[in-house]
Amino acid sequence: MSIFITVTLSLLEGLLTTFKIFGLTLLMALPLGLIISFGSMSRFAVVKWPIKTLIWIIRGTPLMLQLIVFGFGPGLIGINGMDTFVAVMIAFVLNYACYFSEIFRGGIESIPKGQYEAGAVLGLTKTQVFFKIILKQVIKRIVPPMSNEFLTLVKDTSLANTIMIYEITWNAKRFMNSEHILWPLFYSGVFYLAFCGVLTLIFGYIEKKLDYYKG
Amino acid sequence: MKILEIKDLCKSFGKTDVLKGVSFSMEQGEVLSILGSSGSGKTTLLRCINFLEKADKGEILVEGETIFSGENSDKISASEIRKAQLNFGMVFQSFNLFPQYSALENVTLAPLLHAKKSPDYKQNKKKIKEEIIAEGKEILARVGLLDKLNNYPCELSGGQQQRVSIARALALKPKILFFDEPTSALDPELTGEILKVIKDLAKQNITMVIVTHEIGFAKNVSDKIIFMDNGVIAEEGTPQEVIDNPKNERTKAFLNLVTQKE
Repeated sequence: MSIFITVTLSLLEGLLTTFKIFGLTLLMALPLGLIISFGSMSRFAVVKWPIKTLIWIIRGTPLMLQLIVFGFGPGLIGINGMDTFVAVMIAFVLNYACYFSEIFRGGIESIPKGQYEAGAVLGLTKTQVFFKIILKQVIKRIVPPMSNEFLTLVKDTSLANTIMIYEITWNAKRFMNSEHILWPLFYSGVFYLAFCGVLTLIFGYIEKKLDYYKG
Repeated sequence: MKILEIKDLCKSFGKTDVLKGVSFSMEQGEVLSILGSSGSGKTTLLRCINFLEKADKGEILVEGETIFSGENSDKISASEIRKAQLNFGMVFQSFNLFPQYSALENVTLAPLLHAKKSPDYKQNKKKIKEEIIAEGKEILARVGLLDKLNNYPCELSGGQQQRVSIARALALKPKILFFDEPTSALDPELTGEILKVIKDLAKQNITMVIVTHEIGFAKNVSDKIIFMDNGVIAEEGTPQEVIDNPKNERTKAFLNLVTQKE
């Protein structure tokens, strides 16, 4: 019984780190994703193509590889002392911002031109049209794909263990070596499942909240 | 003084010349209907006047003041365009209501945003907002929607949605109200309620330009009719002149076709 408690406490401790990666990634990747989506829709080729290339590279390579690049890359080129957690955050934020940007772009481009025109003939500025008219409609449309990304992020946080971040999966794996037991790893699944369950409920609530109008 | 003067407006999309020099003028309180077959340039004309497209050539004057000139159209700033746009109100064929806002919010959105610019906004915030909302309700009452203030567009019929969009345009007190085929997305029953609203507005001396396919209605409500064909004004005059005694062959052919259908 005491080993079960030890494992549970250890996983809960790891869960805190998982929460931290999850929360900080969203906090930074959502606004950055919006900015990247504007870049990818820019009229100016010097903005558009570098951004498109960045999205291609980030979405075209494994997140685990990106973690390794940001985790160990700086040391290879002589930059020492960078905190591993900072490396994890750079990799996660950049990766998720690129995925979010494509969801934002899809949402923004799906809004009919007439909405912009109706705003324009009312003498509103482009900023007012975007924030007062377009964005709310975009949010409604992107809730389902966003919920997918959020759930994927929960599980992707486990990749941070590859560069020695002590999140749930790392803590569970530790018992494999020290106690020669495998079940803590299976047990860690329960934590992910519960976390995703809560998120699913929240997204269901948001969808219902936004259901008061159609279009 | 003429409230609106259009001089030699031209617009091409790529190699297609859509407007080939359109000129006309209007007096305060006049109702002008623009007729013509699809592709004759009616909608493009309206869109150029409302700055939704940039004309290549020509001039637009409101009350004698030039608000657009093709010669220096690159120099017009975005804020000058917005200011010029406020001379006009526009009602679209497909309504283009904002789906996330109620009928009243659709009407008050722009006035509330514009009010933020007024110098005494901070001191009298509450009073200004209340006035705008009261005015919005009053305008919706004028189009017969007092009982639908808090309904969302998806809960309204097509005719009701179009009436909200008319109210939305009226809320900014435009000098001229433009309608781009306001009934084309509606069935005949709903068309009637929109035409009634436009007739009421005509009685209130509101200056209007209406692009329409409703010949009978245009004849009934208009002071002046323009018939457009292939990017130019083929014929213009009073409804009696253009509809009852057309002189242009294209006008005759068009009216024959339309009246046959009716």
